[in-house]
Amino acid sequence: MPAEVDTGLATLSDQLLLVTVLLYVFAMIGYALHLGFGRRSVQQAAVVREHALVGAGTSVPEAAPVVEPAPADDDTAGPRWPARAGFIALVLTWLGWAANAGCLVTRGLAVGRWPWANMYEFVVAICLATVTAYLVMRHKFPQLRFLGAFVAVAAALSLGFAVRYLHVQAGPVQPSLNSYWVAIHVSAAIIATGLFTVGGVTGIIYLFRKDGRPSRLPTRADLDRITNRVVVLAFPLWTFAVIAGALWADKAWGRYWGWDPKEIWAFITWIAYAAYLHARATGGWRGRAAMVVQLVAFGCLLFNLVGVNMFLGGLHSYADIPGSP
Amino acid sequence: MKKTTTDDTTTRESAAPGDRPAVKGLGAVGWLRWFWRTLTAMRTALVLLFLLALASVPGSLFPQRGVEPGAVTRYFQSNPGTAEWLDRLWMFDVFQAPWFAAIYLLLFVSLIGCILPRTRVYLRELRREPPAAPRHLNRLPHHAAFEGTAPTDRLVAALRRRRFRVVTGPGWIGAEKGYLREAGNLLFHTALVGILLALGIGALYGYRGNVLIVEGNGFANTVAAYDRYIPGSQVSAESLEPFSFQLDDFKVDYQIAGDRPGQVLDYTARLSVHDSPAAAERDYTLKVNHPLDVNGTLTYLIDHGYAPTFTVTDGAGQVAFEGPVACLPQNSRTFASECTIKVPDAKPDQLGLAIRFLPTATEMQDGSWDSTFPAAINPVVQVTAFAGDLGLRSGVPQSVYLFDQERLKKMKRLVMMSEPVELGKSLDLPGGHGKITFTGVKEWAALQIAHDPGRLPALVAAVAAVLGVLLSLMIRRRRLWVRVRDDGTGQVIEVGGLTRTESGDGGFADEFADIVKALKESTAPEEPERSTEPAGRKGAPG
Ligand code: HEM
Repeated sequence: MPAEVDTGLATLSDQLLLVTVLLYVFAMIGYALHLGFGRRSVQQAAVVREHALVGAGTSVPEAAPVVEPAPADDDTAGPRWPARAGFIALVLTWLGWAANAGCLVTRGLAVGRWPWANMYEFVVAICLATVTAYLVMRHKFPQLRFLGAFVAVAAALSLGFAVRYLHVQAGPVQPSLNSYWVAIHVSAAIIATGLFTVGGVTGIIYLFRKDGRPSRLPTRADLDRITNRVVVLAFPLWTFAVIAGALWADKAWGRYWGWDPKEIWAFITWIAYAAYLHARATGGWRGRAAMVVQLVAFGCLLFNLVGVNMFLGGLHSYADIPGSP
Repeated sequence: MKKTTTDDTTTRESAAPGDRPAVKGLGAVGWLRWFWRTLTAMRTALVLLFLLALASVPGSLFPQRGVEPGAVTRYFQSNPGTAEWLDRLWMFDVFQAPWFAAIYLLLFVSLIGCILPRTRVYLRELRREPPAAPRHLNRLPHHAAFEGTAPTDRLVAALRRRRFRVVTGPGWIGAEKGYLREAGNLLFHTALVGILLALGIGALYGYRGNVLIVEGNGFANTVAAYDRYIPGSQVSAESLEPFSFQLDDFKVDYQIAGDRPGQVLDYTARLSVHDSPAAAERDYTLKVNHPLDVNGTLTYLIDHGYAPTFTVTDGAGQVAFEGPVACLPQNSRTFASECTIKVPDAKPDQLGLAIRFLPTATEMQDGSWDSTFPAAINPVVQVTAFAGDLGLRSGVPQSVYLFDQERLKKMKRLVMMSEPVELGKSLDLPGGHGKITFTGVKEWAALQIAHDPGRLPALVAAVAAVLGVLLSLMIRRRRLWVRVRDDGTGQVIEVGGLTRTESGDGGFADEFADIVKALKESTAPEEPERSTEPAGRKGAPG
């Protein structure tokens, strides 16, 4: 029973968290500068590429241009510093990511258990998952780089909230949480939540994005596609997290499903995302309508995370939020 | 719901042209058919699923009788008017409510009505061959052409190796793959029905119960032994698994130092178990997350508390009470607890003793006493004693843990919150009423015993559901055609392909390029390439 807390490591973890927040904030500023002051040439470039593609599709033999991701720097004219700011922002995001991961690792080592067993640790881990998802997705979809500002602001705000309102000293947890199920159930929930958060960001931008206007943001079609991709990835993971939760509940509470508030909202979230996927796959609600469903689902996810832990309680209420009874 | 002319509506309308007579001519059968059609439409299942989610929301906002009956009682006390109305709408029993059951049953029927015809269509489709090649392969979303000579069976073999289903015609090959997508979809929907069934089986054939056991005492699994017993409607008292056990020892480890003293680190309950009356005794260490399993009937550790032991000697010098008394914790951090002893056999008067138990007693600044740590480090009791008629023969059931305040008013108060009585010490009751001795400290464990025959079916169905979701989300249905054509100078092999699922176009470009490469490799190698461009339509709207 790891009762001893390594206070040195615990303090290091707390300091790393502050470093993480700062790095994310600076990254956000960098992204914002790139987004706001870079030359707005992307839209046009995209259109040109689109024409080339149509040509390729109808098979003009030789001349079909090779399609490749837009180069990291479109700013053929205009000042070069915004692009540099964007690059620095990316570096800062990676550094923030490393600090974020370090914060969790040191916390875990300090307490000798998985470092996501209370609300504070949970939020920190979700931020890491979100930023990881963003960085990986950005690799695959270069258009996403201009969403960095939004992801960084979401991560910085969440971590700020966690430090200010949720922080608890590193320490042991209830016996029910000393279980390998934390690694299975909670990790799956965290990764799924991280991916869903990227979907939430792209979804919100989708609603505000107006095609045809010069903008560095990805086109609505891109946003739609990327959102779908993230949800398709995250949904099975979420399903798995809920089922693992049920298996754990069967071991811990003597029933696999008992309509505890957290279970109810996990179920509602699941249904809402399923509805989004169905709507998109079987027609009817395409585009904006499907995106609204996706955002409703994301709202349910957030409510389950924040609302249920803070206001509704239930068996899951060992979230250990400071100030709550 | 946005009205658009989508596949869904058009196919539904065109599928049933004869079913759309003037509304007034519908008739009973017509209405039934209309109802069935509507109920089993994909959209209805979706709407019902949404409704089910919506219907479960109040279950998270109001306390539920099945989960926290105490909270429901408190709600009734603080808002009697609203509570009564809410109760009429089943807001405290959402998951037993008729309206909840209605949605659940409709969904159930809708799912079945959706699955059956789709399975029929799917089976037919499985037997159908891939369609013939369209005339212009270059109009397909994915297209490539290269020069080479290859016997058809080499190309076919290359496609089969990639597990395509292949047909050939004069000068063309048709291939299709990804049938598992629909299989996954069907599996998923069937699994949902399975989960609903498993929940139903559990509710009908399962039971659960709670029992509080003091160290040294035992339990045999019979209905009478439970403090609270909730059987499903199809459970008979005889069907309970006939095991028994004794609680030998219960222990809690607390964090002593650090910034969270008193935090529980571990609970350990040691049991001696008889799996059946005839079976040999075995030891079992019961812990949180590690229930005792006797042939599928599980015993869980869910709560604990203190049971101090006392000896009460009455005014006549007789021992009128001896043994442990289970106390309810009033504060989960300090485990200051309360309990009552009712001694109807005491002479000259019956005695009622209210006990306050402090596991780690400490004197506060104002001179009162309280507990400062949950472990029994310095256990003391404080006694409040009453003499007089306990009213036990009135027939009105009484709480084991509390005195009826009205009753106490009629009794004579002997002692009011005594000075702390240490372990092994006695307190004399004034007026020749005898004495009470604090003889020891035991602990009690609250156990839940549950049997749910739906557990395993639910797990199987849930795993099937995940599998189904994965298949139907990850697999694309894709078609591919190859045409071999002679353009005078040599053979040109044309390949065209498409995916049949929207949003599934993403990775197909790469796969298509791979296939084209494989096909090319199966052609004669000496020919120089004329043109290749597996057209990756990355930017195209999916
Ligand atoms: C049917 C059973 C269960 C379901 C459906 C379920 C669902 C969930 C969901 C959806 C989350 C994700 C995060 C969120 O949005 O807050 C979560 C987190 C968590 N679950 Fe479960 N769970 C179940 C059983 C359990 C059991 C039995 C335990 C432990 C004894 C447990 C411990 C946790 C912990 C520690 C977290 C993380 C953070 C927190 O909110 O404090 N869960 N659960």
